[in-house]
Amino acid sequence: MARAIPLRRKIGFTALAWLIGLLIFFPIFWTILTSFKSEGDAIASPPLLFFNFTLENYAEVQSRSDYLKHFMNSVVICGGSTILALIIAVPAAWSMAFSPTKRTKDILMWMLSTKMLPPVGVLVPIYLLFRNWGLLDTQFGLTIVLMLINLPIIVWMLYTYFREIPADILEACRMDGAVLWKEIVYILLPMAVPGIASTLLLNVILAWNEAFWTLNLTAAKAAPLTAFIASYSSPEGLFWAKLSAASTMAIAPILVLGWFSQRQLVRGLTFGAVK
Amino acid sequence: MGSIRLEGVQKSFGDVHVIPNVDLDIADGEFVVFVGPSGCGKSTLLRLIAGLEDVSAGRVIIDGENATETPPAKRRLSMVFQSYALYPHMSVYNNIAFPLKMSGEEKDAIDQKVQAAAKTLNLTDYLDRKPRQLSGGQRQRVAIGRAIVRQPVAFLFDEPLSNLDAALRVNMRLEISELHHQLKTTMVYVTHDQVEAMTMADKIVVLQAGNVEQVGSPLELYHHPRNLFVAGFIGSPKMNFLGGKIAAAHKCHTIGVRPEHVGIDKTKGDWQGTVGVAEHLGADTFLHVKAESGETLTVRVDGEMDVDHGDKVFLTPEPAKIHRFDTNGLTLQG
Repeated sequence: MARAIPLRRKIGFTALAWLIGLLIFFPIFWTILTSFKSEGDAIASPPLLFFNFTLENYAEVQSRSDYLKHFMNSVVICGGSTILALIIAVPAAWSMAFSPTKRTKDILMWMLSTKMLPPVGVLVPIYLLFRNWGLLDTQFGLTIVLMLINLPIIVWMLYTYFREIPADILEACRMDGAVLWKEIVYILLPMAVPGIASTLLLNVILAWNEAFWTLNLTAAKAAPLTAFIASYSSPEGLFWAKLSAASTMAIAPILVLGWFSQRQLVRGLTFGAVK
Repeated sequence: MGSIRLEGVQKSFGDVHVIPNVDLDIADGEFVVFVGPSGCGKSTLLRLIAGLEDVSAGRVIIDGENATETPPAKRRLSMVFQSYALYPHMSVYNNIAFPLKMSGEEKDAIDQKVQAAAKTLNLTDYLDRKPRQLSGGQRQRVAIGRAIVRQPVAFLFDEPLSNLDAALRVNMRLEISELHHQLKTTMVYVTHDQVEAMTMADKIVVLQAGNVEQVGSPLELYHHPRNLFVAGFIGSPKMNFLGGKIAAAHKCHTIGVRPEHVGIDKTKGDWQGTVGVAEHLGADTFLHVKAESGETLTVRVDGEMDVDHGDKVFLTPEPAKIHRFDTNGLTLQG
C-alpha cells in the first residue's frame, strides 16, 4: 500500500534529487562544454559559460591520434572480457546457487575479498608475468586481466539472480528429461535473462572505464580509450580543450549505452534489495 | 510396466535420519497415496523415488531395474509439483511440449501429443498463454499435461492440490482419479490430507517420522488400523480415544471409537455427557460432547437432531466397532 507523502516533503525530495543529479552530472557537462571551446577560452578565469563555439579540438584530436584504433581496442577488450567472464561465471554461480555446500558462502566472500586488495599491490608481479609471457600491450592480455578483476562481481550478481529462481522449476525440468546443459540453456538462462543482461551491462561499463590496468599494461598497440584520454595530459602541459574533446569521445559510447539501458541497470542493481 | 520397489531405503541429512528404513512395493497401475502429518518424510520419500534426492542406503527399483544411481532425467517418471513449477518464460504449449522436445521427438508427433493432452485437460484455448495469465486450476492442469504427455512409467504427485481453493480441490481430485482410470498408469501421490488419501487411493501408505506405520486399502485402514496413530489419522472427524476405567472395562489401555459409531440418546446409555459445540454440516451434525470421565468425544448425529448446548445426553458405542489398543498403542485383536 502506498503511503501518502505530504506535498511539501515531496517537493523537497524532488528538489534534492535533482540537485544531487545535477551535481553528479556537472563534471560531464563541463567536460563536454569545454571540448567545444578554444584553448584560450577553456582556461579563462572566471570560467566562461558563453564562448565561441568551435569544433577544432575534435579535428585536432582526430588528426593527432587514431580514435578508431583505440575505440576498437576498447570494444575488443571490453566485449571479450565480459563474454569470457560470463562463460566462467554462469556455471560457477549455478553450482553455488543450486548445490551449495558448507563452504559456498566462504568462497563467495573470498572471491569478493580479492576486490578489496589495492590493484597496485599486485601490479609488479602481474607486470612481470605479462612481460615474461609476452602479454604486455596485447588485447589478449588485457582481456584476461579485466575478466579476472570483474569476475567476482559477476559471480556474485549471477548468484543473487539464480537464487531467485525456484529450485522446483529446475527439478521439474530434470524430471522432464533435461540433462544438465539443456537445463542451463533452456530453463536457467532464459529465466535469468534480466539478471544476466544487467550483469553484462555493468561489466561492460566497468571494463570500458577501467584505467589502472589498461594504462599500466599497454603502450601503443593494445591501448584502449583510457590510454587515448591519458595521452592528452602530456608532459608538454595540459590542453584542457583537447583533453575534454578526447574524454567526450571516449565516454560517448558508454554514455549512450548507459542511457538506453538505464532501466535494465537500475532493475539489475536493486534486484533483491526490495521485496 | 510401472512397478516401483523400495528396498531398505534410508535417507539422512547430516545427522538427521529423515527416512530410517523403508521397504515398499508399488504394483503396476496402482494409485498409491503417501499420507502423514507435515515433516513425516512423505515428500522426501517421493523425491527419493524421483531421484531428486540420493538415497543414503538401500535400492530404488523402477520397472524391475535398479534405478538407485539413475539420474532423474533418465528414470522415465513424471512429476507434478505443489508449486506447479511451470516454466514461466514458455507458453502453455511449450510447457507441455518440453518433455517431448527433451526426448527428441519429431515436431509433428509433438504437436499431435500436445493437442491431445490439451484436449483431455480442457486447455486448448489457452495454449498460447503464459503461465502467469492462468488461474491456479489451469496452471495445475498444465502441470498435469506436461506430466502425461510423455507417457511415463509412473506419475509422482507432490501435494498437487494444496495451493487450490476448496471447491477446485474437489474438482481436481475427481479429475486426477478419472485420469488414473483412463491411463491406468502407476501414480504415487503425496498429501497431508487424509480425505484426499481416502478418496483417491487404491493403497494408502501412512507415514510418521519417516516410518511406514501401515499400508493398505482405504477401508482396510479405516476398519483395521494397526495402531493408535493410524486410527487417529485416518477418518474424519478423528476417532475418539478413551483411557482409564472405560478402557479397563474392555481389558485394554485405550479404546477408540469413531464419531459415526457412537449412538446418542437423551434418556439412557453407557456414558453420560454434556453437549458442547455443535457443528452443523446440513446432512450431519458433529456434536462435541464432554463426557463425565473428562474426555471430549465427537459424535456424528443426523442433521435434523435437535440438541442444544448444555443438554445432558447419553452415549453408547457400537460394541463391534470399538478398537482396543495396548500400552504401546498397538491394536489388540479380537
